[in-house]
Order: sequence, then structure tokens, then C-alpha cells
Amino acid sequence: MKSIALAWRLLIRDWKSGELTVLAVALIIAITALTAVAFLTDRVSHAVEMRATESLAADLRLGSSQSISATYSELAVQAGIDTAEMVTMPSVVFDGERSTLAAIRAVTPTYPLRGTLKTADKLLAPATETEEIPAIGEAWATKRLLARLGSNTGATITVGNTQLKITKVLNFRPDQGWQFVDLAPTLLINKADLDATALIQPGSRVSYRLLFAGPRNLISDFKTELEPQLSPAEQLSDIEDANPQIRSAMERSGRFLNLASLVSVLLAAVAVAMSARRYAHRHRDRIALLKCLGSKQAFIMRLNLLQLLMLTVVGAVIGVTLGYLSQEVLAWVARDLIAQELPAPGASPILLGLVTALCILCGFALPDLIQMGKTPVLRVLRQDVEPPPMAYGISYLAGMFAVLALLQWIVGDLKLVLGIAIGALGTFAVLGLAGWILVKASGRFRGVAGVAWRYGFANLNRRGRESVIQVVAFGLGLMVLMLLTLVRNDLMDTWRGSLPLDAPNQFMINIQPHEVPQMQQFLDEQQLQAPQFVPLVRARITAINSTLVEDIEFTDPQGERWAKRESNLSFSDSIQSGNKLTEGEWWQAGTDQHEISVEVDFASELGVNIGDELSFDIAGEPVSATVTSLRTVEWDSFKPNFFMVFSTATLKDYPASYIAAMYAGAEDDSKIIQLMRQFPSVTVIDLDASLAQVRDVMDKASLAVQAVFLFTLFAGFAVLWAAAQSSLDQRSFESAILRTLGASRKRVLTGVAVEFIAIGLLAGLLASTGASLIAWHLAVNVFDLQYQFSPAVWLAGPFLGMLFVGLSGLLATWKVVTHSPMSVLRSA
Amino acid sequence: MNNPKPTFALKAENLSKIVTSPEGMLTILDQVSLQVSHGERIAIIGASGAGKSTLLGLLAGLDLPTSGKIWLGENELSALDEDGRAALRADKVGFVFQSFHLIPSLTALENVMLPLELANNPQPQQAAMQALQNVGLGERAGHYPKQLSGGEKQRVAIARAYVTQPTVLFADEPTGNLDQQTGETVIDILFKMNREYGTTLVLVSHDLSLAKRCDRTIQMEAGKISTEQMA
Repeated sequence: MKSIALAWRLLIRDWKSGELTVLAVALIIAITALTAVAFLTDRVSHAVEMRATESLAADLRLGSSQSISATYSELAVQAGIDTAEMVTMPSVVFDGERSTLAAIRAVTPTYPLRGTLKTADKLLAPATETEEIPAIGEAWATKRLLARLGSNTGATITVGNTQLKITKVLNFRPDQGWQFVDLAPTLLINKADLDATALIQPGSRVSYRLLFAGPRNLISDFKTELEPQLSPAEQLSDIEDANPQIRSAMERSGRFLNLASLVSVLLAAVAVAMSARRYAHRHRDRIALLKCLGSKQAFIMRLNLLQLLMLTVVGAVIGVTLGYLSQEVLAWVARDLIAQELPAPGASPILLGLVTALCILCGFALPDLIQMGKTPVLRVLRQDVEPPPMAYGISYLAGMFAVLALLQWIVGDLKLVLGIAIGALGTFAVLGLAGWILVKASGRFRGVAGVAWRYGFANLNRRGRESVIQVVAFGLGLMVLMLLTLVRNDLMDTWRGSLPLDAPNQFMINIQPHEVPQMQQFLDEQQLQAPQFVPLVRARITAINSTLVEDIEFTDPQGERWAKRESNLSFSDSIQSGNKLTEGEWWQAGTDQHEISVEVDFASELGVNIGDELSFDIAGEPVSATVTSLRTVEWDSFKPNFFMVFSTATLKDYPASYIAAMYAGAEDDSKIIQLMRQFPSVTVIDLDASLAQVRDVMDKASLAVQAVFLFTLFAGFAVLWAAAQSSLDQRSFESAILRTLGASRKRVLTGVAVEFIAIGLLAGLLASTGASLIAWHLAVNVFDLQYQFSPAVWLAGPFLGMLFVGLSGLLATWKVVTHSPMSVLRSA
Repeated sequence: MNNPKPTFALKAENLSKIVTSPEGMLTILDQVSLQVSHGERIAIIGASGAGKSTLLGLLAGLDLPTSGKIWLGENELSALDEDGRAALRADKVGFVFQSFHLIPSLTALENVMLPLELANNPQPQQAAMQALQNVGLGERAGHYPKQLSGGEKQRVAIARAYVTQPTVLFADEPTGNLDQQTGETVIDILFKMNREYGTTLVLVSHDLSLAKRCDRTIQMEAGKISTEQMA
């Protein structure tokens, strides 16, 4: 109790006297940055997730080919979860003499649980959002269905045994998807009309969906409860199964956010390490005195540890509170951008803040404090008695390890964390080496100029280790500042640029080979963009390496589902744009070998690798080919992409249809309807709504990323500040002595400026190089983006370095030249 | 059987301190023996490098001799480990240093409170305030060391040394950083407190006038006691 009370009192007194300021502020910035990010990410990603779950029209979806037991609905209602139902079946619908195949979707009034339907009063009329579903006796038809029937709203159509009036054009369903198999156009009806249609008969191809939505924790519990009760025919889908474009956008934004949080934590750790060093240095006398006053070694250690723990808790509480308030402010500032109410954040960032504070302080401040505790008592008599030298390498290695473990816990992406760790170590090593060279070189420059220059260079040389540490710290701080201010925009722009405003928004599928030239001609006449026609062959996988699919035990259930359903294959001589090989090689154009290139995640789910042989059944004929390459696909590019692409020789003789994607503006709507009428067998899918979903994810994510970067920027400034403070005491004292000896203000300031500008110039130059290399690495290897080196970065680095570091040095010494040197000497 | 209370406050027997230096072994103290009675005021004088501060450090238990024995009252200091000596210092010893050693981040009052807080005194503020008033600095209790003059800093240090009412007070060049007049004021206070509390006083000083005010003066030369003079 005695030590707790005393530790607390000493901590408060240190705070009041300003001794703790740098250390506490560095810590608080770190925690504020990290928790603000965590709170905001939590909210934004939840909002993004909610937006993404719209593509399921629910948070959780249960699908089955058989009628779904009412027990599940009852369970959901008991758990406080909303439900909706959808029953889908194919059926021919008639408008008088004309008929076409439609996907009849019968829904209950709560549908959709996530997202909203968009309808128009008639063809080509503007679409508006609606909270309703078709009334009993009514139906809503898609443009495509109306085009095929040649009808418009107001028509009465026959569906099974009943007649329904088309009252609206259905422009958008959140869960409409855009899979190639989604062939028949939709007719949305009220589930209450389903019995009257008498469409459900034994042997009908009916699929049932039960949708669930509710608070995250309830859904998660409910999912766990539901899973073991499901029959093999029943399949649960959630956000993981949301469409790949949105998932891909979310993954990328997640990586941006994680990266920024990681960098703030690392920077804060550096700032804490530097300020702890100064704190320990200034408190050796106190430790000697406490020992002289009778305190035992163990008591002193306990006192230091308690103070550290208290600082952790207080820093964490202040940091978490500020973090929470900051994200509230950010969310408020960006309320127009977010466009929808953000859900409340969870509590996990609080724990995160506390654990991070503990990790950073124990990893980077504790070694210095332990060292400080070892100050011999004899120091009260002899000021030259120092604590035994510390093995900084070993101590900080432990700290690095603690922080890396923390980072892994936060982001759970070992590749990213290891990349950052290796990058950070490499940067430290290069900066340290460069600092050492500067120190050595500065000895040679001493004679080249006047006394002020000599004093500046001599200082660099004499404070060898300190100078190296300052080059490392300033270099690191500047590098991050540049990475954030200059390179961030490039990265974000490149990312957003990957989905330009004229990205394809109309997909045409089921184009027969003979229709390709006709369609090309039609598009040409209508002055619409001429798309590339990509062949598509439908097939079923029969065997992998001669083992029949039925006999394979798949480790990944998703792989099993892929293997057992029909696949869309394509063939090509060259790799599609936006695809990138990760393993193997693309075949020679015109090869007669049977080769396949497989999308890398698909390959892993299916359990196949380079050299494996896949066998297919294409329209009753067996075909085999060998996997010769794996590749990644930019799913969020909205271009036609395939899991499996074959060499042309393998598939060219099999029946294929074609697909094409193009951009058409709102003014081209009537041309598209004309196209649908002229090519009734071609399915045109309007992707505008899906594109909007992905753009929305990108907008929200970039807001979060900007906010995170803002805090990382603060952490960078904290490092610069801590670095400038680290040699402040000695510098003030020496400058006071120079002044006492008659040096003019100008001379003292010039000396300091020379020293800091040399450090700043070097740190800036290295920072530019580092920032450019890191940005290039991030763009190419982490975010899969093209990167262009910017010469502005190289000019800005040395300039900013000289400016920032020079100014901070001058500001730190300003007190000495404006106050009497006596006051500095007296307090020394 | 209880040990009878020793007649001395402090005793050293054949104290030697030898350190290794680049030039080889260096004898700083050579076979020094000394006994100090309860309440006695003793001054140790000598030129720089004569071994005065080393002797003081050993007598106060701040360092260990290479050979020889030291007793502080009934406790043999040289047989205790660092923690044992620390406990003894907390209980029986006070210090005043040439460079004051006030903690810059604590106010004058907080500096004086510190040894009381370490000793778990329930009312540290009251006693510390009283001690500050005794040295005439009640008005400056809230000031930080950098806001005090050298003489004031040393008076705070004296208040801090006496606030736990130690048996022995060691002072290492207490006036070394002060001008003559301030030095005398500080010494007046030091001696006044010594009389009031009956504390044994061991002073190291260059200042002969200060030494003359003590009961006994020990002159050191090259690590040995050269002369001893009673007042």
C-alpha cells in the first residue's frame, strides 16, 4: 500500500512539474490513434458490412430446395431476429399470346430485410426506392421481362392458374446478383398469391429462402444455434458469401486501415522509447537519492513498475476517451459523406487500448526504467557514477516482439505484420548506418567553415550515438509523414481509379455465336461502346486427377459445392487484363495443348494445384486439361472474369455462348430496351446498382482510411517532438555555456541550425527513398495496384527534413538565447 | 541477554578502499580507524583527493570498504547487504550534500515530505511543513528547486535531513556551493538543529572556519588521518 500511494504521488508530482509530458503525450497519442481507428473502423466496417449484406437482402440467409420448416422462423422470432421469406421457381408467363420464361419470386411483406427495392411506374420512368412489396393480385416485372413480353405496366399477365396485374417496373433488388446462371428475368409477386398460381407441384424446381436480420451479436448467436440443426439440403449464407466485388473492396479497405493502425503503433512505440530514455536519464539522481534515504532496491523497482502501470492505466483511459470522442467528431464531420447513420461502436477497442498501452510501455519504456533503478547510491556523492550499461538491442528486441505480437492480434494478417516488421528493421538499420556515416563524416567538415559551423559539426560528432538515434527517429517520422501526405493520395486515387465512372455497367450474356456479328452491328449503329465478346462454355467437373468428384473428400465445403455444380468456363490466347499470374506460366498463343489457368482462391477451395488434371463433361463429352497456372482476379473491376480459363485448343470446338460487358449511360436506356427486344434470347443485366454498392463501400472505406492517416500523422509528429526533446537538456546547457563565454545569439543559433539541418537533410533524403520504396511495395505487393514513382517526393523529403528538423532544433534552443544563460545554468 | 547500548554513535576499524584504475591499483583510503560519540560534531578536512568523501560514503553505508569494519550504533554496516544498509539509513541517517540533491520535479515541501513518505509517516505534510518553518522557509513551501537560491536549496536539504530525526547526520561540503555569508547562515541552522535533536554530526569540508565550530577536526592526507584536533 505504501509503495502504491507513494508511486501515485510521485507520478502526480512528475506530471505537475512537466517531467512526464513527452512520455505521457506520446503514449496518449498512440492510444488515441489506435482506439479512434478501432472505434471508427468498427462502426464503418459494420456499416459497410450492413451495406454488403444487402446483396443477400439479409444478414443471414437459409436456402433450400425443399420447403423450410417453420421451426426456424419461430426460433428466430424468439431470439428477437426479423425474418422474411422468398420462394423462387421458373415458370412461363403469358401476356395474351406472348410468353416468356420468368423467375417467379414470391416474397413476404418484410422482404428485403437489408437494402431496398427500386421501382418505376412504367418503362423508362425514373426509379424510386420503395419499402413495399407487390400487393395481393399484383406483380412487379423487370425491364427485361417486359421487353421480352413487349408489355408495360398496367398489363395483366397469367402466372400458373392465376392472373396478376403488373403495377410497377422492378429496377433493382438488393439480392439480384449478376451471376451468369441468373438467366430468367424476375417477376416479383406477393407470397400470398403463390397458392393461387398452383405452380408448386411435385417435381417443380422450387428454391426456398428464409432471410434473417438483426443486431450483430444476436445473428452470430443465432447462426451458431442454427448450424447444427440444418439438413444437408439446407445451406446458410452470410456476409462471407456476399458478392465477390464487395468482398474484394472490403478486404482492400481493411488492409489500408490495418496498415495505418500498425504504423501508428510502431511510431508511438518509437516516441515512447525516446521519451522514456530521457525520463530515465533525468531521474537517475532521484533514484540515488531515494536509495540514500533508505529505500531498498526491490522497493525502487516496485515503485518504478507501479508508476509504469499507473501511467499505462491513466494513459489508456485518457487515450481511449479521446479516441472515442475523436471518432465521434470525425463521424460528425463526415456525416454527409457517410449518408447513413453509423451503428454504435463495440467495446473491444477499450481492451485494445489498454493492452496496447501495456505492450508499448513494457516493451519500450520498461528497459530504461529498470536501468534507471540500478543507479548506484554512490551517485549522491559522485555525479560520474552511472548505472551499468544497458543492452539496448536485447531489451528493444523484446519490445519489438511484444508489439509485433500485439499487431498480429489486432490485424491477424501475419504476412502484413511480418512485412512491416522486416521493413521497420531494415529502415532502422539503413537509417542507423547512414547516421553513423554522417557522424564520421562530420569530423572531416569541422575545419571547413567558421566557428559556428565547427561547433555544429563538432556536436554531431561528439554526440555520436545521440546523433545516430536522432537521424533514425527524424528519418522515421518524416518518412511516415511523407508516406501519408504524398503517397496516400496516390494509393487511394489508384484504388478508386480501378473502378472508373465508365466501368462496364451492362452485362450481356447468352449471346449465340451467330448473334455476335449482328450485335456488333447493332451497337455500332446505336453508337454504343463496342465490347469484347468473351466465349463461355458450361460444363461440369467430373474428376480431379482421374478421381471421380463423387469419390473425393473435400476439405473445404465451398470447394465441394463448386465441384458439384455447373461451371462457367472460357478460353483465350492471352491473359485478361486485371488478372495476374501467381504461379506457373501462361500458354503460348495457338498451342494445341489442353491447359487451364485457375483462380488462386478457387484452386485452394477445390484443392487443386499446378500439374493437376481436371476432367469435365461438356454437353455429354469428356474433356481433360492440365492446370498450368494460378492467377488472381480483380473481382471489383466489373469485367467478365472466370475461375477457369482454358487454352483455345481445348474448348474452341464445343458449343459456346458469348458474354460481353459495356458501359451505357442513363440516356442510353431506350437503346438497351431496343437491344433486348431485337435479341430476345440475350440476357442484359444492369449492374448500375451493384457498381453503386461497391463505390459506396470504397467511399466509406476511404473516409475511414483518411481519418486513420490523420492519427498516424499525429504519431509521426510525436516522434519528431520526442526526438527534438531527447537532447534538449544537454543542448540547452551547452548553449548557455557558449553564451556565457560570449558567443552571440546568431552564432549559437547557427551552430544548432548546422547540426539539425545536417540531420534533417540526411533524414529527409532517406525518408524520401524509404517512402517511395514502401509505397511501391505496398501498391504492387499488398494492394495489387500499379504505382508511379513521383519525383516530387524526392524534392520534398530533404526540404521538409531541413525545415522540420531545423525548426524543431531552433525552437528547442530558442529559450537559451532569449533568456539569461544564468537561469539555464542554475536549473541544470 | 541484551547487548548493552554502545558508547559510540559511529566506529570504523582499519578501513581501506582500493580501486582499480588504468594505472593499476589505487589506494584511496588506507587503514583508517575512527570513533564518534553520541551527539558529537566532527569535521573531516583535507585537500582534494585526500579521501574525505570516500570516508564519508563508507561511514554512511553508501559504499563498501575493501577491508575493515564499520559500526553505526550497534549495527555492523560492513556486514549488511545493500538492502540492510538502506533500511539502516532510512532509520538512523540523514544527509546534506554539496549539490543539494533536491528532486527538481518536487516542490520544497514535497522534497521534505519524501523521507517521511518512505517511512510511511501518517502525517508527512504537517511534519515537513514544521521542518521547513524551522529553517525559515515556510513561505517557500510551494516553490520548485529552480525557483530557490542556493542557500534556500541547502536549507530545504537540511530540513529534509532532519525531518526524520536521524541519529547521525552526514554533510558533504554543505557550504561548498554557497557564498560565505549564506554558508554561515546554513551552518547556523545545521548546528541549531543538531543541538535541538542531539544528532551526531559528521561534516566533510574544505572550510576551516566551519571545522573550528565542531567538537573535533580530523585532517586527512593521502587516504590517512594525519592529525586529529579537539576543539
